[in-house]
Amino acid sequence: MDIRQRDLSTKNGEVGMLAESESLGIGIRVVASGAWGFASTDRLTREGIETCAAQAVSIARASALAKIKNVQMAPVQAYVDTWQNPYLKDPFRIPIERQLDLLLAADKEMRRVKGVTVAEGSMSFRRIDQFFASSIGSAIHQVKVQSGAGIVATSFQGKEIQKRSYPNSFGGQHMLQGYELVEAMDLVGNAPRVAEESVALHGAIQCPEGVATIILGSAQLGLQIHESVGHPIELDRVLGMEANFAGMSFLTVDKLRNLRYASDIVNVVADARLEHGPGLGTFGYDDEGVRAQCTPIITAGEFTGYLSNRETALDIGENFSNGTMRTESWNRLPMIRMTNISLLPGTWTYENMIADTDDAILMETNRSWSIDDRRYHFQFSTEIGWEVKNGKKGRMIKNPSYSGITTEFWQSCDAICEREEWTLWGTPNCGKGQPMQTMGTGHGASPSRFRNIKVGVAFSH
Amino acid sequence: MAAKKSKSKYSRKALAGGAEAPSVAAAKRKSFRSGVVDHRLGAAALQEIAERVLKLSHADETEVDITVVSDALTRFANNTIHQSVAEQYVQVSVRAVADGRTARASTNKTDEASLRRAVQTALDLARCLPKHRGLQPMVRQQKYVKVNRFFEETASATPEARARAVARVCKFAARQKQTAAGIFSSGMLETALANSSGLFAHYEQTRAEFSVTFLESDSSGWAKANSPRISEIDPDALAARASQKSQASRSPREVKPGHYTAILEPSAVLDLVGSIFYDFSGTAVADQRSCLTGRMGKKLFGDNISIWDDVTHSMQLGAPFDGEGLPRQKVELVENGVPLNLVYSRATAQKMKAKATGHGFALPNEYGEAPMNLVFGGGLASVEDMVSSTGRGILATRLWYIREVNPYEKVLTGMTRDGTFLVEDGRIVGGIRNFRFNQSVIELLSNVEMLGPAVRAAGEEAFEMVVPAMKVRDFHFSEVTKF
Repeated sequence: MDIRQRDLSTKNGEVGMLAESESLGIGIRVVASGAWGFASTDRLTREGIETCAAQAVSIARASALAKIKNVQMAPVQAYVDTWQNPYLKDPFRIPIERQLDLLLAADKEMRRVKGVTVAEGSMSFRRIDQFFASSIGSAIHQVKVQSGAGIVATSFQGKEIQKRSYPNSFGGQHMLQGYELVEAMDLVGNAPRVAEESVALHGAIQCPEGVATIILGSAQLGLQIHESVGHPIELDRVLGMEANFAGMSFLTVDKLRNLRYASDIVNVVADARLEHGPGLGTFGYDDEGVRAQCTPIITAGEFTGYLSNRETALDIGENFSNGTMRTESWNRLPMIRMTNISLLPGTWTYENMIADTDDAILMETNRSWSIDDRRYHFQFSTEIGWEVKNGKKGRMIKNPSYSGITTEFWQSCDAICEREEWTLWGTPNCGKGQPMQTMGTGHGASPSRFRNIKVGVAFSH
Repeated sequence: MAAKKSKSKYSRKALAGGAEAPSVAAAKRKSFRSGVVDHRLGAAALQEIAERVLKLSHADETEVDITVVSDALTRFANNTIHQSVAEQYVQVSVRAVADGRTARASTNKTDEASLRRAVQTALDLARCLPKHRGLQPMVRQQKYVKVNRFFEETASATPEARARAVARVCKFAARQKQTAAGIFSSGMLETALANSSGLFAHYEQTRAEFSVTFLESDSSGWAKANSPRISEIDPDALAARASQKSQASRSPREVKPGHYTAILEPSAVLDLVGSIFYDFSGTAVADQRSCLTGRMGKKLFGDNISIWDDVTHSMQLGAPFDGEGLPRQKVELVENGVPLNLVYSRATAQKMKAKATGHGFALPNEYGEAPMNLVFGGGLASVEDMVSSTGRGILATRLWYIREVNPYEKVLTGMTRDGTFLVEDGRIVGGIRNFRFNQSVIELLSNVEMLGPAVRAAGEEAFEMVVPAMKVRDFHFSEVTKF
């Protein structure tokens, strides 16, 4: 894999970070003596690669000392192919000055608003050029170009720190696209609103504590999907392989096609194909040489699928992997990761959903997230909320939060907005595995409504 | 499927790459013993690379940061090894300064062309920038406290040795009718920092870690330790502890959420108090996003809370110099509950009219600095003392998925995990279902009733620090989960 990365950031009118990096290396995964071994090196001479391969074999043979059974894998076809995501503007060919000017212009707009104490902006671009070869004869060359950007206004007043982000928190929006993604965001145009909202939050009413109807904006719902659907369906987690670190899952194998996960209107897919959209979970082939697929995860509310690889597929009686093995870099072992885990659009227009709601809290843009190690109990808070009363959006609410149990939450969903409101969000920072790997995942969602949800616990004492 | 012939750039020639730095190639060839690649290059080899980079540069000033990593990790679950990995790499990071502007470029290739490209990229990037306010000349040669944190026994640990220890633990688990999962890792890190003003700093360390979870149908237990010396890691003892915790937490009962006296083992303390390290950054206070904004010099925590940053502490790890090459100084952060001092990079110190403390991150960055070697003052109480003195409370082994809810009051949310117990009338009466908490760290550190001896604690949410077990009153467990 050959990875090139560019990171830029600005803070309060100055350039914070400007850095580029490149990393080229090889990772070799082997089965020897019926056990797994993996070694990686950046030493790409014949001697270096031979040493790395021998090390992988040696490690596998050592692993066999604690083997219960031989590694077995579902078959996969050999592919010789190339794949590249389409993009219009190579972000690495856009002059740095232009990228910085855009961030600094947005920064200036945010700092015009009295009460903003920190204005920040960032962009990151990544090009992954990788070649996969396997002993069954696959030779797959893939190139992925991804872009991301976002701005944040923070306001400190009295004893309170409030912030607003655009287009999403924790780095903004990221997709498998070129610089056209950043240009379409209109960071400068949105900067004044973001800044004004960060200051206005100090005077907003506190999120009440109790049980309420909530409407989640699509970005927040994207993270809800990530944590309460995406992680629990990882089959390695279900089978106990992550028990020591990331944890396990309430979705034990007996629940496949035997669990009411959500209400009838909820349909979720894991779709790595380009036709789903240019998400951070889009590719041609996974890092085990399996073609990108679409797997139904929740179908009309029923639990219908896991994320698998060639090894774990056999454990649920499948004879094929659904193609979710992904690696952060050449020095990390591929593992089961989310692709694009998306809630399919519903039928409501946004206006009709609001008009149909008597009393609710609309919550937008994630501020904090936490879920237990089996993915049952979660608590999220968002940057901003709004009253919805008698079919109209009303007063601003600060410190919104909600909590619940995963299946109870998804079963309470009674309205999902249509495709017009649907966005394929990118989560660039999903951590899993030991050694830790960070992976980008995609989550399509449109604003949706949930009934009888516990709210306000995070700020209650 | 359609098989188009790839016109890949990964030809045999391309894969062969350019010539490595001679010293790197020679050092890497040193040995390959039973799955261990000896990747330690040594100060001389790193200095040679640094000098080559500096000679290639035409920038006003140039800084070279070289990192060498060799890590291996054996991972087990369901009483068998399911992953075992190793990695080696060298990263060369170059910072160039041109007319008061600075930027960075990095590469993991040490051939002449790659180093030249990194130097040129850093310079080209710097020239794109507006001038950095507060950018100071690079530091000259410094004197550092010597720390010995490299142990050959760890660097040379083999996958067989790790596998044998894991096999023992897995067999033990099977005998106990339990299931074990965890990791056993070992590795080394070498860094060098050099610049065109004559600085050369070198640091090396080793690190071994064993973490284990024992599972049963309705309970689990966990234990973890790390050390620069692999001989100080006792996998069998850690496994026995995790096993015992799992047994003791069988058939967990549900206890109502509320405010309880909490007995937090060191790992649980670490993952909570670990969240406040950046609040002691001068930049965080200047930006008004530290919980210490407006609170310095005032009583904030209990009398029994003292915190300092000390890279030389015998239970700490890390280089004795910061990202600019300044010596890391010992800083008294909190004394008897009063936050007294912050840490400062050179630029932040200049801006805040303070003295640099040697805690700056590598430039350029927007975060400034942070104390990375926190040490909490401890006490004499054992966890058993804390339990025996508690009428009704909760004992937590480990916490999980901790996130900040309210940054100024430092309210954190998260879950208990892998060994949560109800304490009544001075004894542990059994396991309970895991709680969610929403707890202010400021309040927590004001409510500490008993402190254990400070130890090097290992968690999953914060980097390692030296912290004690704590008995804390009025800990807010807000909701309960289903297991």
